[in-house]
Amino acid sequence: MKRQAKDVLESARIVSRRALVMGGVQLGVIGALGWRLQSMQVEQADQFRLLAEENRINIRLLPPARGLVFDRNGIAIADNEQNYRVVMVREDAGDVGEVLAKLTEIVDIDPNDLARAMQEMRRRSPFVPVTIADRLSWEDVAQINLNTPALPGIQAEVGLSRVYPWGADLAHVVGYVGPVSDYDLSRIDDPDPLLQIPKFQIGKTGAENKLEKTLRGSAGTRRIEVNAAGRIMRELDRQEGEPGKDIQLTLDSRLQSYVQARMDGESAGAVVIDLENGDLRAIASAPAFDPNLFVRGISVPDWNALNADKYRPLAAKAVQGTYPPGSTFKMVTLMAAMEAGFVTADETVYCPGFTDVFNIRFHCWKRGGHGNINLHESLKQSCDCYYYEISQRVGIDKMAEMARKLGLGVRHDLPLSAVAEGLAPDKEWKSRVRGEEWRIGDTVNASIGQGYVLTSPLQLAVMTARIATGREVTPRLIRLVDGVEQPSGLGESLGLNENTLRRIRASMEDVCNHRRGTAYRSRIIDETHKMAGKTGTSQVRRITPEERAAGVTKNEDLPWERRDHALFVGYAPYDNPRYAVSVVVEHGGGGSAAAAPIARDILLQAQYGGPPPLEAYPSGVRDQIAEQQRRIAARVPPGAKGQSRA
Amino acid sequence: MSYLEYNTKYVPSGLRKILHLHWPIILLLIAVANAGFLMLYSVAGGSMTPWVEPQMERFALGMVLMIIVAMVPIWFWRNMAFLAYGGSIVLLLGVEFFGEVRMGAQRWIDVGFMRLQPSELTKITLVMFLAAYYDWLPNKKTSHPLWVVLPVLFILLPTMLVLNQPDLGTALLLLMGGATVMFLAGVHWAYFATVLGGGFAALAAVFQSRGATWQLLKDYQYRRIDTFLDPSNDPLGAGYHITQAKIALGSGGWTGRGFMQGTQSRLNFLPEKHTDFIFTTLAEEFGFIGAFTLLVLYLLIVIFCIISAMGNRDRFASLLTLGIAMTFFLFFAVNMAMVTGLAPVVGVPLPLVSYGGSAMLVLLVAFGLVQSAHIHRPR
Repeated sequence: MKRQAKDVLESARIVSRRALVMGGVQLGVIGALGWRLQSMQVEQADQFRLLAEENRINIRLLPPARGLVFDRNGIAIADNEQNYRVVMVREDAGDVGEVLAKLTEIVDIDPNDLARAMQEMRRRSPFVPVTIADRLSWEDVAQINLNTPALPGIQAEVGLSRVYPWGADLAHVVGYVGPVSDYDLSRIDDPDPLLQIPKFQIGKTGAENKLEKTLRGSAGTRRIEVNAAGRIMRELDRQEGEPGKDIQLTLDSRLQSYVQARMDGESAGAVVIDLENGDLRAIASAPAFDPNLFVRGISVPDWNALNADKYRPLAAKAVQGTYPPGSTFKMVTLMAAMEAGFVTADETVYCPGFTDVFNIRFHCWKRGGHGNINLHESLKQSCDCYYYEISQRVGIDKMAEMARKLGLGVRHDLPLSAVAEGLAPDKEWKSRVRGEEWRIGDTVNASIGQGYVLTSPLQLAVMTARIATGREVTPRLIRLVDGVEQPSGLGESLGLNENTLRRIRASMEDVCNHRRGTAYRSRIIDETHKMAGKTGTSQVRRITPEERAAGVTKNEDLPWERRDHALFVGYAPYDNPRYAVSVVVEHGGGGSAAAAPIARDILLQAQYGGPPPLEAYPSGVRDQIAEQQRRIAARVPPGAKGQSRA
Repeated sequence: MSYLEYNTKYVPSGLRKILHLHWPIILLLIAVANAGFLMLYSVAGGSMTPWVEPQMERFALGMVLMIIVAMVPIWFWRNMAFLAYGGSIVLLLGVEFFGEVRMGAQRWIDVGFMRLQPSELTKITLVMFLAAYYDWLPNKKTSHPLWVVLPVLFILLPTMLVLNQPDLGTALLLLMGGATVMFLAGVHWAYFATVLGGGFAALAAVFQSRGATWQLLKDYQYRRIDTFLDPSNDPLGAGYHITQAKIALGSGGWTGRGFMQGTQSRLNFLPEKHTDFIFTTLAEEFGFIGAFTLLVLYLLIVIFCIISAMGNRDRFASLLTLGIAMTFFLFFAVNMAMVTGLAPVVGVPLPLVSYGGSAMLVLLVAFGLVQSAHIHRPR
């Protein structure tokens, strides 16, 4: 049967009509697609291009080499050591277990490290190098390189790590570096992207910390193209960073090491200042700790041991410890009185062994009293009553002013952690801080460096340096930064009366060199290296009247932490001062017995630039000194590395 | 009705049929396929393997099949329509029971020399069968409810089977392709209005069912919808594909980054860069000009088909040609809408460009039918 032509035409018309509708709809859809393409590819192209670049380009930081720290003789005290580590790339290794088994046959690897590495490898993409072992010796690396064909996927890499060749001897000055922590990040406001690198090493304490900006340098960058899985495809460009700047300190590491050695067994601090320019030749605090322990992260037992030690090895006593200066403060009282014209050289004060001030009895250290005593003798014999008397005349405010002029009670700006401000108290201070009125008894106490007065060994050394030179010596720790000399610390004249200085110096000379001087036993007999100084013994406890009545207890009979602090400040040579020194021995007993001999040895060592001849010492102590020199010569600083440098 | 009703005197015979092929369509197909080879070469990192060579072989095979199909008179194909449809249903059932599970979906059946994707085949056989159905159905009955329900069932049967695999993209294509043939055949507007309304209701139901015990779609399909609605929600997870695709596309700019210079594809940021997302690579490397040119090539193929169909008085031939044109259109339109972020990621390849055997062979056979309709049109 044939379809009617009309029917066929009708159906064809319907199909055509609807086909046109369909075509129209399709055109609309294509128009929408075209519009979409246009808006994405033309209008928003820049934005998407940016996103694509962000996708493919990673910026990796290139950590700069940290600047080195040298002592004044160019000996490294903070060095960078090549550090070898072994990394493994899983995808190159094939059978990971087999390769690791072979590796452990060649070098010793801690099973814990191995387990950690295995775990990390499972977690990471197969092309990411994972560190298997760190801090390998050169011999181990050589072994690994020799066996490369048998160890697919294993590579030895070299990096830099901080090392402190002098170990504990410079620990408190140079400090140490450690991996940046969340705590560090929250504390310091530093946008440096380097800090975002995991385990990036930054200075934690001491000069490493304070000079961080100079030592760190700036990061280089490496732009790399990565694929979606993070695999590095190629390096696009590289911009080298700037290595950290080297720093030369004013310290003499050999002298510093000697001082540390000399103070072994004590809890003590000592500072040596070069009077030519204020250079700090030594800032020693004993006991010390090995900073190398901290670089990798200190173990819990080591950390606990450091904290449990009652001698506080972590404290930089030389700059952050503050102690009542005791009789070493008498120069301040005396100079304040002399400058103000309240005393003359000839005037004598009678010392019966005590002074009563408004019904309170203040004792002289010499129970029987010194009798009539003049200015010169008062300092030489360290008569307390003389100072009780003159301090009442001059008043605390003038004394505090003189103390500050000599560098006590002010913070010296050194790049070290927690440099103590100490305290030179005056009336304003007491009413402000204590809310109490200043009493005359406070002045009397302060006159002999007790009561509220607090000083650090650093401040005492500065005081001594200023007395010895009459100039405003400022301590200087940094000699060169990146080869540029830093300003000298030899300041302007203090504007003190030359007569005052001369008399004070003469008394200090006699302290050490006159038969009745308190430090006569620690004199130097070598004419050109003689020292001048002042002893100090500061109480850490109040002696009750009952105790006094029962007879003053001997220091040796007290528990250690209640014994007196022993102090000594001095300079040498006495007629042409070159070095000033301060020594504080915590709970060491009397200054003349515990601190003065140390100061003497330090000053000799500094003047001779090494072990002094025994002839410099009085004949009676030479055997003992010879033994001491042998012991120190044989000593290796705790944690010291690369002794050949020294 | 048989072929005798045509005036066969003027229909070319023998090798003369070659001259009467619709050559513009063939040239356009070759052009599009070449764009595909180029892109497959690029995403392989400048290599003929693993994709270009097999793709070229399949294209050559497909072209031969197309010519063979074109040589066979269209009335033969009309008579085969029911058989083809029935065969497809059988194969779909076969996949259901013996199919290979790949990427969470049962889509393939291994027939020895190649893996067959019956859902691809069904897209054409359904259109073919519906065209034959309307050729057979008297005009007056076209909009009669009974005769409307019947083709709806013909459409729904394979659609449900495909949805069950599950393959949402193909199911949608089947639905839309079948509906188009019904629409072209002249089924009353009201039916479509009703179905569209019902469709929206169903969509609402699908969203309502989420999380309920009667959940209609798989979780991953819901996630894809979520991602489609706001890809930035999950830029590293579910939204990663579409975000990266848009970055690639957008970063192409006017002229693109140049052949083989597309960083998004070369560095593997793009997913499925040789199959469903190949258009993004093209857009990235050849820019708006390249992408729009491809769009125009596709459009020209569709337009030539429509023109050919409108000039064909044979109802089966014109409905078949238009249905195939629509299916082809749906392929590339849905794919492009998908990668440009206009439609959810449903897994529809870019016809003749995406790597894949079944789809290409089926499409070329379909164009063989278009050619056959064109050659054997009543004159």
